[in-house]
Amino acid sequence: MALASCSSDVPAASPSGSASADAGGGTGETSSFFVQGDYDNEMALRTASATGPGDKPWEQALNPKNADTAKYKKAGPYTLCFSNAGVGNPWRQVGFKNMQAEVKLHPEIKSFQVADAESKDDKQISDITDLLGKGCSALIVSPNTTATLTPAVEQACAKVPVIVFDRGVNTKCPVTFINPIGGYAFGAAGAEFLVEKVKPGGNVLALRILPGVDVLEARWGAAKVAFDKSQLKVVGVEFTDGDPAKTKTIVNNYIQRFGSIDGIWMDAGATAVAAAEAFEDAGKPFPAIVGEDQQDFLRMWQDRKLTAVAPTYPTYQWRTPVIAALKILKGEPVPSPWKLPQPTINDGNLAQYVDPSMPPLHYAMCGCSDLPGYPGAWGGK
Amino acid sequence: MTIAAATETQARRTRWGTGSVLPVLAILVLLLVAIAIRQPDFYDPPALLAFLKRSAPLIILAAGQYFVIVSGDFDLSVGSLVTAEVVIAARMIDGDPSATWPVIALVLGFGLLVGLVNGLVTTLLLVPSFITTLGMYLILVGAVYTWTGGSPRGALSDEFRQLGRRGIDGVPWLGEIPYAVLILLVVAALAILAMRADFGKMLLAVGDNPRAARLAGGRVAGVRTTAFVISGGCAAVAAILLGGFGGVSFQVGAGLEFTAITAVVLGGVVLGGGRGSVVGAMLGALTLQTLLTLLNLLGVAGALASAVQGLIILTAVAIGGLRART
Repeated sequence: MALASCSSDVPAASPSGSASADAGGGTGETSSFFVQGDYDNEMALRTASATGPGDKPWEQALNPKNADTAKYKKAGPYTLCFSNAGVGNPWRQVGFKNMQAEVKLHPEIKSFQVADAESKDDKQISDITDLLGKGCSALIVSPNTTATLTPAVEQACAKVPVIVFDRGVNTKCPVTFINPIGGYAFGAAGAEFLVEKVKPGGNVLALRILPGVDVLEARWGAAKVAFDKSQLKVVGVEFTDGDPAKTKTIVNNYIQRFGSIDGIWMDAGATAVAAAEAFEDAGKPFPAIVGEDQQDFLRMWQDRKLTAVAPTYPTYQWRTPVIAALKILKGEPVPSPWKLPQPTINDGNLAQYVDPSMPPLHYAMCGCSDLPGYPGAWGGK
Repeated sequence: MTIAAATETQARRTRWGTGSVLPVLAILVLLLVAIAIRQPDFYDPPALLAFLKRSAPLIILAAGQYFVIVSGDFDLSVGSLVTAEVVIAARMIDGDPSATWPVIALVLGFGLLVGLVNGLVTTLLLVPSFITTLGMYLILVGAVYTWTGGSPRGALSDEFRQLGRRGIDGVPWLGEIPYAVLILLVVAALAILAMRADFGKMLLAVGDNPRAARLAGGRVAGVRTTAFVISGGCAAVAAILLGGFGGVSFQVGAGLEFTAITAVVLGGVVLGGGRGSVVGAMLGALTLQTLLTLLNLLGVAGALASAVQGLIILTAVAIGGLRART
């Protein structure tokens, strides 16, 4: 079993129950979501060099293997269809705006049909059927969940070329699957930063949004590997529900309990500002902290000179499916799977991503500043 | 039953019976003792004040919810109202410090208005409050979502955030007195005064038996509507404190309506109305926060904390129910 190699640690009774245990403890049991092979692949991809235009990471690919698309060649204009899982968070909001703007760049797209599944599997299944009745030249799918959407995607594959992105499906039938490297690479980037910046034996608090979501489990899975190998003490693994007030309260409680917390790891950075403010309000120095590419965090990082890092899951990936669909319809080969670069923001490149004119929850890694309607359509000034 | 008679019935209930604050007080003391054993630092005045600061929004929401519940209704819209207020404030202020006070006035006004609409729909159109406020919840969530496209714009000014984050510095022994705690004290005093006044007695009578209250010549609709307005106002104050404490977010009010109702019930207030005190409701909120703090100190992970919280609340309410029957 691949998992066996990771379960040699004695699991703690509860995530924070082993505060006094040896260094590297306190991270709990390895999640059933952890897949060693996927982890190894993503670690390897982090150092792979990308092919494609250097200034357009959404057109780049890591270790590409091209799929032949000659059989899909078709004369334009095209009707492009998109079945979206939903727009229920700022990440998906920014991404969807990127996609709509990308469509505007291509006059050969005569019509862009979108169905929003509102984060419901059953709605997305019927959305896909409905869309297929609208004369789609190609169908883009961002699945709400992996297993449940698989049959619907297979059904669509029989009729039109299908491009899946963001989250995957359990079938090889789509022409390509587009996403950045993934959760393990994201989680590892933050954890490795803390291992480097926090002194050995230092206290680290891990903040997660909620359990059971594969991409988030992968992020924590990779961080756990890094922490277990390190000298750091993970004093707690807590779920915040993505709520800033709750995050601040949790962090405050930990500061009270342990006197000092030296590092904060997060599986997503939406509440990073709240976590950092908890230290400010308690009159403590900021810890080394992991955030994400949201503007509020980047601004705070710059203003307060935080010791910080921001792994990203770039929203520019929403542009790529449109580009891929047009390539497929023109019979040009596309990478399959299409792995996009997944950059990390650090002190060195922070300045180029901070933009005071964009809203606090805007994702900097949108690759959208050259798109029509920028910045107004994204809420900027 | 006249208003006087209703009040008398209320007074006649045993000290440990339904509506009494003694059970919740006992739970609170137990929790505080447990915390004292686990974490004596908790009782340092600055730490205690920081705890009160974090608890203030929920206590204020519970106070507002109490007025509605004791008159026999529910207000399920407060969580979405809190979110809406924070998102509106961020967009209106947009980082401009000079907009702070006008926007605070706007936020308070909007809260009172939402309460008024809830109250009028419930009393004039005779829609059950459960449905009225559920509808208001959906309207607010949908409107905010449409207005912002899911990504709140603008930013709260530091001046706005002071109320929820900062306080009067350099007080001897106490350290910083958070503004949130001062606001909490004002709200609590007003709530207690309101319940001591004729309005409060009327409210209890309406909750106990609306028909009797009407026959006794009470302005039932007016009193119930006022309760909703108070709840909306309290939600606005809570929103100002929560937005200040945590910053702009779409999650800020999520689930708060149920936490507030839980707090009220834990405080010995009977769902369906007529019994329980506003002090009990606020103590219930404080107890809930204390419980969460204790679970955290004991290292109970988040998911399990919800389960333990649920179990304790069910037990508390069930014991209250059994007590009422004997």
